[in-house]
Amino acid sequence: MSETSTLHAGAVGHHDDHGHGHHEQSFISKYIFSMDHKTIGKQFLITGIVWAIIGGLFSVLFRLQLGYPDQTFPILETFFGHWAKGGQIQPEFYYGLVTIHGTVLVFFVLTAGLSGTFANLLIPLQIGARDMASPFMNMLSYWFFFLAGIVMLSSIFVHTGPASGGWTMYPPLSALRQAGDGQKIGTDLWLIAMALFIVSSLLGGLNYISTILNMRTKGMSMTRLPLPIWAMFFTAVLGVLSFPVLLSGAILLLFDRNLGTSFYLSDIVVNGEILPNEGGSAILYQHLFWFLGHPEVYIILLPAMGMVSEILSVSARKPIFGYMAMLGSMFAIAILAFLVWAHHMFVTGLNPFLGSVFVLLTLLIAVPSAIKVFNWLTTLWRGNIRFTPAALFAIGFVSLFISGGLTGIFLGNSTIDIHLHDTMFVVAHFHIVMGVASFFGMFAGVYHWFPKMFGRYMNNTLAYIHFWVTMAGAYLIFWPMHYQGLAGVPRRYLDKKGWVSFNQFADLDKMITVVSIIVFAVQLMFVFNFFYSIYKGRKVTTTNPWEANTLEWTTPINPGHGNWVGEIPEVHRWPYDYAKDGRDFIPQTEPVGANESKH
Amino acid sequence: MDIVRNQQKEKMHPHKFTLWVAIGSLIMMFAGLTSAFIVKSNQANWKPVTLPTVFWVSTGVMLLSSLTIQLALRSFKDREMNKYRMLIGLTVLLGIAFIVFQWMGFQQLWAQQITFKGSGGGQFLYVIFGLHALHVAGGLIALAVIFLKGFFGKTKNYSAVPVEVAATYWHFVDALWIYLLVFFMILGKN
Repeated sequence: MSETSTLHAGAVGHHDDHGHGHHEQSFISKYIFSMDHKTIGKQFLITGIVWAIIGGLFSVLFRLQLGYPDQTFPILETFFGHWAKGGQIQPEFYYGLVTIHGTVLVFFVLTAGLSGTFANLLIPLQIGARDMASPFMNMLSYWFFFLAGIVMLSSIFVHTGPASGGWTMYPPLSALRQAGDGQKIGTDLWLIAMALFIVSSLLGGLNYISTILNMRTKGMSMTRLPLPIWAMFFTAVLGVLSFPVLLSGAILLLFDRNLGTSFYLSDIVVNGEILPNEGGSAILYQHLFWFLGHPEVYIILLPAMGMVSEILSVSARKPIFGYMAMLGSMFAIAILAFLVWAHHMFVTGLNPFLGSVFVLLTLLIAVPSAIKVFNWLTTLWRGNIRFTPAALFAIGFVSLFISGGLTGIFLGNSTIDIHLHDTMFVVAHFHIVMGVASFFGMFAGVYHWFPKMFGRYMNNTLAYIHFWVTMAGAYLIFWPMHYQGLAGVPRRYLDKKGWVSFNQFADLDKMITVVSIIVFAVQLMFVFNFFYSIYKGRKVTTTNPWEANTLEWTTPINPGHGNWVGEIPEVHRWPYDYAKDGRDFIPQTEPVGANESKH
Repeated sequence: MDIVRNQQKEKMHPHKFTLWVAIGSLIMMFAGLTSAFIVKSNQANWKPVTLPTVFWVSTGVMLLSSLTIQLALRSFKDREMNKYRMLIGLTVLLGIAFIVFQWMGFQQLWAQQITFKGSGGGQFLYVIFGLHALHVAGGLIALAVIFLKGFFGKTKNYSAVPVEVAATYWHFVDALWIYLLVFFMILGKN
């Protein structure tokens, strides 16, 4: 703690030559073990991008298998050896790919990459603080995440392959080494990586909560906070309360795997061998897992929702519609997130009465979700919309959230879920509503705050191509999966050739695979645009390029550690005074005039 | 000036606040484990567990250490540094003694043929008490750091925050232990 205060004293003490103050830091303390929240945010983002490429590539590989189950691709054998013997993806490898794809995208990209990046970047900048409550813990948070990544990455290269029990890691499969190659060291490494990841999330979440509640600048009351900050706040609360429960479930799983306990195991026969385990309950794991697992959906979605709200208001040049309703609905979502976990378990033998309670609570989520959707649409309504790439991705988010949310109403009904559970319908639903939608929120955030992060713009032409191909591609990939699911096509299956009734989907599967390759290629183009623009992008010449009201645009174009030169600005109004009293926008720092109308 | 502290002098120090949030998080972990215990204990083949008496000794040690750290905090604020060092040192010793007694309790259970085999009260006890002991050990590391700082001049600025944070955490692991003890006394037996 004393080290951090010295560092801060350094940052604050150099008012006169603030822009040059950080030159004293070495490369390592500035870019590697940095305690500056902006640098840590960039570290999360770039690490998240690397993981997104790996996770995305894995999905392309298993899509090849699903689209072209009979074809051989000799190049795969060149790269993956015995995992793709004869140019065909082997079953163990397929399950490994599916598992790592899910884990990496849910946790490493859309949790750490999304809220790690933007909570770090935006919280101090938008609330008017020089850094997080504990910059040191913040740095630790990144490095635990990095370490988790290293362990997860190494599991891909062990001889018996990565974990392959699915990203939910259900026992008994995941608890038994004898069950298959993926259940050997790969699963241990998966569990260790997740434990490290949970530590990282908790360190980050604690910091976000303390910073938002304790370190707001003068005048920044809670109801003057920009919506991304509220979203990050609820996200952090959800994470801090739900991740520990996953950790406790994972600890019991580690005991079952390595020390011979039977928390999750009972009466098991593997390959003819009768195991001594008795008295365990596999369902117990599912309760512990989904108590995190469902809030996790909102941990992923809420930051995207918050950023979309901000970007839509800035782009439409209109105040956000229903600020308090936005807060109320986020609060409702955060509470309900903890009360719906068993809707993932309707077919586990759950008491039907209990099931109907969870149906009711699940369908209730439609209410705050609809409030948010209508607020976004009314914000855009008759706005003077600037269709920047960020705005397009934010609008795309709303579209995907509606499409994916509606199918959630199907799945939330326990009777319909009997037919649809574990089919491609579920895959389609959560990919649209949680996966692609949150990615859109993330892209919107990157395009919008890139000038703040790097002092340059990203290339617009590439960005528009990126948007349109991804938007069309997302629907082309996932929309047909609903029909497959309704017809009963199960998820996670390696090969469906054995079912005559599924043969009708062979061409559809080819189409999905082709589109997913195109969409993946376009994401690589985005990555190129991102890195190219860091060095060669058009330079930002004004501190407030989007003409926005929030505090991050009052800092210098390339803010140093400490963010503001001199005093932290004081806040006099809410952040959404757009198109007010004949003025296009009124920054939060501007005092309220005598004759000004109320918003 | 420490920028973490500027412009919020009326409010709780962020580090203290962070600790309270962290305590909420830890409570969720142990709530997860003890509710798993309750769910399992209502299912077939449940084997109850009776606590060895040595856990009462560790309870006494834990309560005493809560007292010593509170006194240490008071002497720190009164700037009685010698008394403070002695009391912190005493707390560290009591914390180590607590872990030793826990270990003895585990050994006594093990001697009663309650091993890792199965999934009854005994197995939950190993996991839950073990995890609690790990958190005590974590607190001990923090206390040891503070103890050493007490000798090497870092306390000259007399900021009581680190000591306060450590004391609050220590009271928390104490309260958590009482909860776990009562929980196992009442629900472990049937």
